[in-house]
Amino acid sequence: MTTRAIDPTFLALPLDRLADVALDIARKRGATYADFRVERLRNHVIVARDRELQTSVEGETVGFSVRVVANGAWGFAAGVDLTVEAVSDVARRAVEVAQSLAPLNTEPVTLADEPVYHDTYVSSYEIDPFAVAEDHKINFLLTLNERALASKLIDRVTSYLLLVREQKYLASLSGSRITQQRVRVKGDFTAVRIDKSTGAFETMGNAAPPAGQGWEYFTTGYDWGKDADEIPALLEQKMASPSIAPGRYDVVIDPTNLWLTIHESIGHSTELDRVLGYEANYAGTSFATLDKLNTLQFGAPMMHVTGDRQVEHGLSTIGYDDEGVAAQTWDIVRDGVLVGYQLDRQMAHKQRFGRSNGCAFADQAGRVPLQRMPNVSLSASAKPITLNDLLSGMGDGLYIVGDKSWSIDMQRYNFQFTGQKFFQVRGGKIVGQVKDVAYQSRTTDFWNSMEAVGGPSTYVLGGAFNCGKGQPGQIAPVSHGCPAALFRQINILNTAQEGS
Amino acid sequence: MSRGALQTDQHPQHRAGGVLTLQDTIDRVLRLSTADACVVIARRVASVNVRWAHNTVTTNGDADEVQLSVMSIIGRRVASVTRSYFPPEQLEDIVREAEAACERRPDAPDYLPLLEGNGEPGDWGAPPADSDIHVFDPFVPQLRQLYEDARRADIATFGYSELQTATTFVATTTGVRKRYTERIGKVEITGKTPDFTRSSWVGRITHDFLDIDAREMFETLRQRLDWAGRTIDMPAGAYEVLLEPSAAADLAIGAYSFMTRRDADEGRSPYSKQGGGTRIGERLFGDVTLYSDPAEPRIEATPFHYGVDSGGASSVFDNGLDLRRTEWVGGGVLKNLIAPRYWAAKTAGTDAVPYINNLVLDGHGPSMDEMIAQTDRALLVTCFWYIRTVDPQSALVTGLTRDGVFLVEGGRVKGAVNNFRWNMSPIAALAQATQIGRSGLALPREHDEFLRSKAPALRIERFNMSSVSEAS
Repeated sequence: MTTRAIDPTFLALPLDRLADVALDIARKRGATYADFRVERLRNHVIVARDRELQTSVEGETVGFSVRVVANGAWGFAAGVDLTVEAVSDVARRAVEVAQSLAPLNTEPVTLADEPVYHDTYVSSYEIDPFAVAEDHKINFLLTLNERALASKLIDRVTSYLLLVREQKYLASLSGSRITQQRVRVKGDFTAVRIDKSTGAFETMGNAAPPAGQGWEYFTTGYDWGKDADEIPALLEQKMASPSIAPGRYDVVIDPTNLWLTIHESIGHSTELDRVLGYEANYAGTSFATLDKLNTLQFGAPMMHVTGDRQVEHGLSTIGYDDEGVAAQTWDIVRDGVLVGYQLDRQMAHKQRFGRSNGCAFADQAGRVPLQRMPNVSLSASAKPITLNDLLSGMGDGLYIVGDKSWSIDMQRYNFQFTGQKFFQVRGGKIVGQVKDVAYQSRTTDFWNSMEAVGGPSTYVLGGAFNCGKGQPGQIAPVSHGCPAALFRQINILNTAQEGS
Repeated sequence: MSRGALQTDQHPQHRAGGVLTLQDTIDRVLRLSTADACVVIARRVASVNVRWAHNTVTTNGDADEVQLSVMSIIGRRVASVTRSYFPPEQLEDIVREAEAACERRPDAPDYLPLLEGNGEPGDWGAPPADSDIHVFDPFVPQLRQLYEDARRADIATFGYSELQTATTFVATTTGVRKRYTERIGKVEITGKTPDFTRSSWVGRITHDFLDIDAREMFETLRQRLDWAGRTIDMPAGAYEVLLEPSAAADLAIGAYSFMTRRDADEGRSPYSKQGGGTRIGERLFGDVTLYSDPAEPRIEATPFHYGVDSGGASSVFDNGLDLRRTEWVGGGVLKNLIAPRYWAAKTAGTDAVPYINNLVLDGHGPSMDEMIAQTDRALLVTCFWYIRTVDPQSALVTGLTRDGVFLVEGGRVKGAVNNFRWNMSPIAALAQATQIGRSGLALPREHDEFLRSKAPALRIERFNMSSVSEAS
């Protein structure tokens, strides 16, 4: 558990005083709902290309927003200057926006109830990455690259770190005052091998998931050196491996790849704003419509998927969402059947779900909170099923490791994924790699073809920093835990043939 | 506009501890610098947006954002600090933080002396451009009419409109002073039948909403939804396609996104030559011409380089570098690849070929209606979605058709076809363009952040529709 406290320089900002100003103006000008949010976001991006530091860019944004409901319509305005004058101006603008657009609004906004909270939350991490000297971080990457380049089997290495510390303050007209701080980190390492005689090249990246952890993730949280040592030989093997024959294959998918399939096909399809059409012009809609709730056989009977904002080190984990709703955990798919959605307060009220399950998120002060994805995770089997058990159960087929390319249609039916490594399996044993592989399927076909899920020993909390949604576009960090799993008769493409 | 007591030449950002304009802030930072050299980038972005669904407004926003980046250079080392909140009393801390970070850095591999400048342009002291929610005022009645028309036609519309104004200042201790204001926005509308089984999309670039005709956009949607009154199931396979300009722009931007010279020189790009070097000079693109020009009418882009990070396609030491019309592909021949000064000097001994934030796929041919009339059998594709790289070696990307695929036979649209997942290299696709229409403003659906593009409709001979998508 963390022993960290919220950065005192954030607490030293005049948060409560400015909140009082904003909320008072909003109330006096007719707002029936109002919230005031301050966010400070610190980022550090470091990139090392081969033996050189390519870039190291550190930045901080701070700002605030006022969101109101007036005349039944939303109004939103944002600014950066943490003064009474600027906050007053933005609060007036937010009400003005609501009132000017109210004539275009035919559905008066009403929010689901939520208790009032006065609380503080700090995510679980040990070492604030911004307390670590920059040269230490740069040396981490250069040492990693040097270790990989010691092998003659690769020609190039690029690695990078993304480090984020996020602080949020939320006050609402109903009385909540919530202060939160989270830290998240991501590291990536990709090797390139080039055959100069043919011009062919191939890449292989490591599979370290991003995590809601601190700098400890780069020292004791993941074995980075092992990746640097192993990837050159694996890449050489991949480049020399046979090109896959397209067709139907049984596959065991490693959690380092399966998390992304969960994200795209389950996570996005069960966002209620998509289901209701709010994303129809951009991110898309969903096949998992409300009439299918509690009836759609989303997947095989052993499929159990939860939504949560509570798992330790989860990228979507937080104390309260951006509408002041306390973090929760709930079922999305139970025994293979669709049983739940991701909600915010407006949709929870409109669709009579009662309470929101806390999925409102804005990626910075200047953006409106949207319904964003919680951690969406596939449960492991309670039985001690190992990776070898799954491979043995499969017999012949492919074992797919690491994520790479991904794409899915706007209703979340048809998807195509590649990976970093594709191991050929015969008689339950790995016998080598194949290349030029992509798997393509239809969401419910895919999840209903799942025959077995691994036990706790195969479980990994994967995820992404950069889930995109909304207009103007916002990105959100999100985790997806899952075990390795066995799927039968999946359509495998040969990407070289597709390209020709 | 109404911004309370604010004067338009004073951004509220700088009120804490006294008033400083962005230009004053820049001057003070440069004076505070004790490094060998210093670069300052200040950028103010004012944006307004309105979003709607089911013929009613959902979210909206009116936001100002300001960023100050200070890059200190000591010896051959460089470090930057970027802040969105920088009251005058904090400026010295920001400068010292950048200088301290610089001391701990290794030498920058892209180090070059900064460009020499010749002082302030005439408009240097003018306030940054502004915008506010009232820029929508002429558009609101159109939206209200759109919703009424749509309800009467039993069509649900979903859409988004935004206008963004960004002023960028670049200044250096070597005398560079550059500023530019970009202003661009868009309106896009998706129309669906109540059961969501028919869907269509239309998008337009705007500079002030006065150039938007929402009724014309709605009539286009309605025509496409009427076409979808007849549905035709088509299997996966290779088809001749007619691409609307939005889809053509997405392909062109896809091809442009691979054009980093360093990657090509290092042998890890589709533009790498077997045995070493680049494929500049090879005819890779059929008859296509592709260029960028910061002065291109209606998609004008900031005419100088600015940025806080270095990479294969950019360098912090190039801040302030003038951008000029650059032909990437001429008559199908690859002419140029993006190279910052350090890479151009290291490899080719030539001038830099900087990245430019607009793109024109040239075309002077027929209109889409004329192309349809000349078609025996093809699929008409409205736009693309979810395009991702599958194989950088061949530039193979995957993506989907979206919101309108139609079968054209005998010079007429016969009905709507199911959507497809496709796998195709944008280079190969452009090389197979057998007919190039008339280039105009285009709103790429996938690369939706890339608002400055022009493209024509294209006829592509064989487009690999890999599988059927039942999305509608």
